[in-house]
Amino acid sequence: MSNAERKTIAASTVFAAMFCIAPYAYAMHIMEGFLPPKYCIMWGAICVPFLVAGFISLKKIIRDHRRAVIILAMAGAYTFVLSSLKIPSVTGSCSHPTGTGLGAILFGPSVMSVLGIIVLIFQALLLAHGGITTLGANTFSMAIGGPFVSYGIYKLCLKLKSPKSLAVMLSATIGDLFTYCITSYQLALAYPSKVGGVTASALKFLSIFAITQVPIAIIEGIGTALVVAMLEKYASKELTDINFLKGAVK
Amino acid sequence: MKFNKKTAAICIIICVIIGVIPLIFDKGAEFGGSDDAASDEISQITGTDYKPWITPLFTPPSTEAESLLFCIQTGIGAGIFGFCAGRLYERKKKNRDNDEL
Repeated sequence: MSNAERKTIAASTVFAAMFCIAPYAYAMHIMEGFLPPKYCIMWGAICVPFLVAGFISLKKIIRDHRRAVIILAMAGAYTFVLSSLKIPSVTGSCSHPTGTGLGAILFGPSVMSVLGIIVLIFQALLLAHGGITTLGANTFSMAIGGPFVSYGIYKLCLKLKSPKSLAVMLSATIGDLFTYCITSYQLALAYPSKVGGVTASALKFLSIFAITQVPIAIIEGIGTALVVAMLEKYASKELTDINFLKGAVK
Repeated sequence: MKFNKKTAAICIIICVIIGVIPLIFDKGAEFGGSDDAASDEISQITGTDYKPWITPLFTPPSTEAESLLFCIQTGIGAGIFGFCAGRLYERKKKNRDNDEL
């Protein structure tokens, strides 16, 4: 390994370690046992087709775009890092970003359902963060809903001819925020308020999850835009290969 | 957006500022998880103290042990990301864009 490589790795590790010293460790996904069984099964079933599509898409990328696999690894690693960073927010509680926007923009949203569920299983089994029974619901919010919205916003921004970095930033931010909106709605469906029903509950949960998430989503947006800019500079060949950059780059 | 040292530095500084602001201005807050706040809310809605119908198979024995496991997650991710970024950077530097990695 060369000196510069070593420096890059050391710098990224220090950066990551800085966040590990966060004094409070709590969780943000729906906790184990907090969804009634029928909702666990329902959300799990909804996830299946997305996961199958994700596997097929992943297989295609690995077969047809061999040189882009390094970018795929980076997108997965990005989710791994970001979903472990619990950042304090304005409401006085902590939450973490999802990091699924990057992969969704680069490879399409279905790939992220597979990468996302890996992270969720890791956290559910080892960290008691989220849970196996709520895995379906959490997968739907973090690994399916968020990425699909990110992807949609990104395409929409490009149609509106917005600058690429702005498109990336917006899509990652809104995708992240949307993940927690889904979480709020999932909880509201299972626990409708006696007065006002599902809507009243949803508003209550939204006020907890979504507001906390706003600044964190912005951080994720900036970070994702930075990573994409970095990839455009250093991996233009790979990005052209997966049609993220148009035209031949020498 | 052009990627260079300046934009990278500015972006990281903005992120750190956004992260630090609540710590400075919300001195009294305990910065628990937003999901703990949510479970209080569930208890309020159902009107009874909510008991999860299943508990995790494995719970880290203490917050210290939990932070270790979280660090491992961050470490795995940051390691892979940094390694790949380093390889891409080196390739560009040696001007061999066509190399497969």
